[in-house]
Amino acid sequence: MANIQQFCTFFLRDQFFGVPVQQVQEVIRYQEMTRVPLMPQVIRGLINLRGQIVMALDLRRRFGMEDRPEYQLPMNVVVRTDDGAVSFLVDEIGDVLEVEEGCFEPPPETLKGEARELVRGVYKLQERLLLVLDTERTVSGGEAARSVQ
Amino acid sequence: MNDSDDIVKEFLVESYENLDRLDRDLVELEKHPSDQEILASVFRTIHTIKGTSGFLAFSKLEAVAHVGENLLARLRDGQLTLSPEITTALLAMVDAVRHMLGSIEATGNEGERNDQELIATLTRLLQPKAEPNPAPDPAPAKEEAQQNDAPHPVPSIGDILIKRGAAKVSEVYDAVEQQKAGDPRHVGEILVEKGAVKPQDVLEALNVQQQARGQSASDSTIRVDVNQLDRLMNRVGELVLLRNQIVQFTNSSEDSGLLATSQRLNLITTELQEGVMKTRMQPIGNIWSKFPRTVRDVALGCGKQVRIEMEGKETELDKTIIEAVKDPLTHIVRNSVDHGIESPEARIAAGKNPEGRLFLRAFHEGGQVNIEITDDGAGLDYEKIRTKAMQKALVSADQAARMTEREITNLIFLPGFSTAEKVTNVSGRGVGMDVVKTNIEKIGGTVDVQSKPGQGSTVRMKIPLTLAIIPALIVTTTGDRYAIPQVSLLELVRLEGEQARKGIELVNGAPVHRLRGQLLPLVYLNRELKADAQAQDAAAAPTTSSSKWESLDFTQARHKHEQWIGRLRQLLDGKTTMTVEQAGSPTECALGKWLYSAGLKDYGSIDEMQALEATHKHFHELVREIVVLNVNGNQSQAQREFSKVEPLSKKIIELLTVVEKKALETQNANIVVLRAGDQQFGLVVDEINDTEEIVVKPLSKQLKSVNAYAGATIMGDGRVALILDVLGLAQRAHVVSEVRDRALAEKEGKQSLGVADGNQRNAVLLFQYGENGRMAIDLSLVARLEEFPRDTIEVAGDQEAVQYRGQIMPLVWVSEVLQTKRRKAAEAGQESLHVVVYADQGRSVGLVVDRILDIVEESFVMQRQTERKGVLGSAVIQKRVTDILDVPGLIAAADGSQLSAGVQT
Repeated sequence: MANIQQFCTFFLRDQFFGVPVQQVQEVIRYQEMTRVPLMPQVIRGLINLRGQIVMALDLRRRFGMEDRPEYQLPMNVVVRTDDGAVSFLVDEIGDVLEVEEGCFEPPPETLKGEARELVRGVYKLQERLLLVLDTERTVSGGEAARSVQ
Repeated sequence: MNDSDDIVKEFLVESYENLDRLDRDLVELEKHPSDQEILASVFRTIHTIKGTSGFLAFSKLEAVAHVGENLLARLRDGQLTLSPEITTALLAMVDAVRHMLGSIEATGNEGERNDQELIATLTRLLQPKAEPNPAPDPAPAKEEAQQNDAPHPVPSIGDILIKRGAAKVSEVYDAVEQQKAGDPRHVGEILVEKGAVKPQDVLEALNVQQQARGQSASDSTIRVDVNQLDRLMNRVGELVLLRNQIVQFTNSSEDSGLLATSQRLNLITTELQEGVMKTRMQPIGNIWSKFPRTVRDVALGCGKQVRIEMEGKETELDKTIIEAVKDPLTHIVRNSVDHGIESPEARIAAGKNPEGRLFLRAFHEGGQVNIEITDDGAGLDYEKIRTKAMQKALVSADQAARMTEREITNLIFLPGFSTAEKVTNVSGRGVGMDVVKTNIEKIGGTVDVQSKPGQGSTVRMKIPLTLAIIPALIVTTTGDRYAIPQVSLLELVRLEGEQARKGIELVNGAPVHRLRGQLLPLVYLNRELKADAQAQDAAAAPTTSSSKWESLDFTQARHKHEQWIGRLRQLLDGKTTMTVEQAGSPTECALGKWLYSAGLKDYGSIDEMQALEATHKHFHELVREIVVLNVNGNQSQAQREFSKVEPLSKKIIELLTVVEKKALETQNANIVVLRAGDQQFGLVVDEINDTEEIVVKPLSKQLKSVNAYAGATIMGDGRVALILDVLGLAQRAHVVSEVRDRALAEKEGKQSLGVADGNQRNAVLLFQYGENGRMAIDLSLVARLEEFPRDTIEVAGDQEAVQYRGQIMPLVWVSEVLQTKRRKAAEAGQESLHVVVYADQGRSVGLVVDRILDIVEESFVMQRQTERKGVLGSAVIQKRVTDILDVPGLIAAADGSQLSAGVQT
């Protein structure tokens, strides 16, 4: 039996991403946020998750994509990190997928920009590609450089 | 596996506690080497550690504890007496044990430490010295009797019987001896058998003993994992937040049952919160208990004799705070011994007890805990500090020369400052009081040093009780709420209208406010938080403090309402069509939106606002009516109504212009005066909301790194609000770095400016003397304004005076002194005298003036150009030339000798 891994999937624009299910605390709809001045733009604000204060990162901005139109409210994918829970703001939530280890491949060399740093690899699914997000890097990596601006 | 883990864990917890007691006991023992009770306690502790570590197969630990135990056994049996050497060796053994325990906790084994040397030392000390030990067997019967049934707070049956008068000492002693000789029975049994006591007495004594056991700590307390408590505390924090929300909801409810329930919830939550907080409280004695050892080591290291005394050991603080103050306190204690207390020789030379005294005191005061560390050493050497500060280029020679003792004292808190002549292993390594200060300030506390040369110094800390739930002021800026911890808050200043525009001035571009004559640097919260903030936000809201106001463009609003006339005319002329929907409504246009959101609320005090609202509403109703009439084809009616539109439109434009002008004037500035270190600054915010108890939630590392937020909290409405880091904010705004220069400058300013010199804003009392003389007196010199009936004037000697508050107050006629004129105006018909009471160092003098004119606060330039006695000079005040009174000069001129004689009676 090939190794099977479960991924919580979501969309950013037309791209299909996944985070290992074990790292995901929960998925919730849009929450009101309190913005945090002085922080890099990626950090959209703080949300109150049943008494727990969670920082919300906009993945579109993290990937250097244009902002989603105003009427389109993002969804929250709350992941556990070493520095507490962090919420990823994404466009849409997909299914939880079971994928086989066998169809994994490291990111193609041609991957550019932020994505190169943030994508751990690609699962070749039948109908599309699933990009695996490196959560730790998404939360911390590159921030230092950005916050200086 | 798990079971043994648990046993090890329990062993660790228990041993740590025992070790802390050991430190204390050993130091105590050194003072009273023959105290058998302490020795027995020390022995028992080591014995327990040895036993358990043997059982758990920690052989190294067992080996070390074993030699220690042997040594202690000799001491207990009197074969050895305690010497400093032995104490040091025993303390080293305690350290070794602690080290191994730490290693066991971290890695599960005892670590690679080699303790052969220590064991050798301890073994060597086991050999009695050459001279035979003169001490006789000191173990009295009582000790032996207690030996086996452990904790000493529980008295022996024999003791109880003696205390209750049921048995004689000698009888009990005999019984104990008999027991020692091999009698297997209990002391009580032996006594009853001998007929020395009644069985009834023994039973009662047993009861007493049982009670004493029951009270001992181990039975009435349980150990709880701190994490468990933290989780509980978090839950309670959430409950507090929920309570806040519920209370907020129900306050707007009419249901009395619901209201009562929510009040009850409110009460119980508060009690629960207090209760849980209490579980986290620990007596400060827990950290103090380590100090006797610390003091001993440091004192021994630098050849000093120091005795440590404590008061208020039981004062309780939150666990997190206890942890936060531990290191700073230790540092201060070490510092006091190393720097503060002199060597025994120096102390004898100074006529002091060769043994120095370190006094620790803790007490609650005003919701805070005060901790004082006092030594009776030499005190701060101001000259040395001054020189050192200059050497290290912390201050210029010029500045140093002018500093007061207080300011010099504060120098020791600067980074990189140490006066230690030589770098000892205790202090002088450049990490010093500045770290203490930062750490204490980090938890919202303050540190302060007071010193008297030759008599010692006192370090005083004020520390909050807890960090988890704190009172905070909630403010709003650009629509976001922020919480400011109340500990940093000094006062709130609100400047309205005119004041707001004049009260904030610029010093080379930096905004300041004069707060009671002192310059208060201002920091605009919105600007500070935007300095390098999100571009899109910065673009949306310009950098002025009134984003709300600018949400209405007055020019645009006027234009829009004028346009309606043209549009309607075209409509009526049939050149265009318009549906009813397009007619708009009073709430839809920009002006309407502004009016009903912020406008009426913020500027409702302007008279024209109501008129504007009414006219605007009428206008839109009319427009709508015309459009409806037009749609329905009723042209003539529409034309008639149209004639009313123009005047309304004109009225709106007029009102808008007036309101715009007035609104600009009433723009208010809310200044939150904050303390950051030694410095004060004013934080300008849009709105000051309320004070609230907030639950502090930590922020992730990333958010903390900007140094502007101390945490976050959840508000009553469930939204998150950031807690401002006042110190960090001050640093960001560069308020704090200039502390020292500023303090100096202020001081200098005060000294050289004198009463009313320079271009300073001063509060003065204006009065009239003679027919038309105008004079000002500095308001700070005025104690009171009084009126005395003419007939109360009495004459004492040559001096006129009145009885005032049980004292004789001499009177000085200002006009008489200044104009060398007889007191015409005063005598001419006035029934009462206007007297300005001047008080200086407990004496009062009444200055009789002709009329009190006004009290004004104005900035004016005084020209020193007068030679007249009693006049400092003149200035232009309220656009008129006014003399400024020199009160001491005036009194001197008014016949000094008599007056001063009069004053003294």
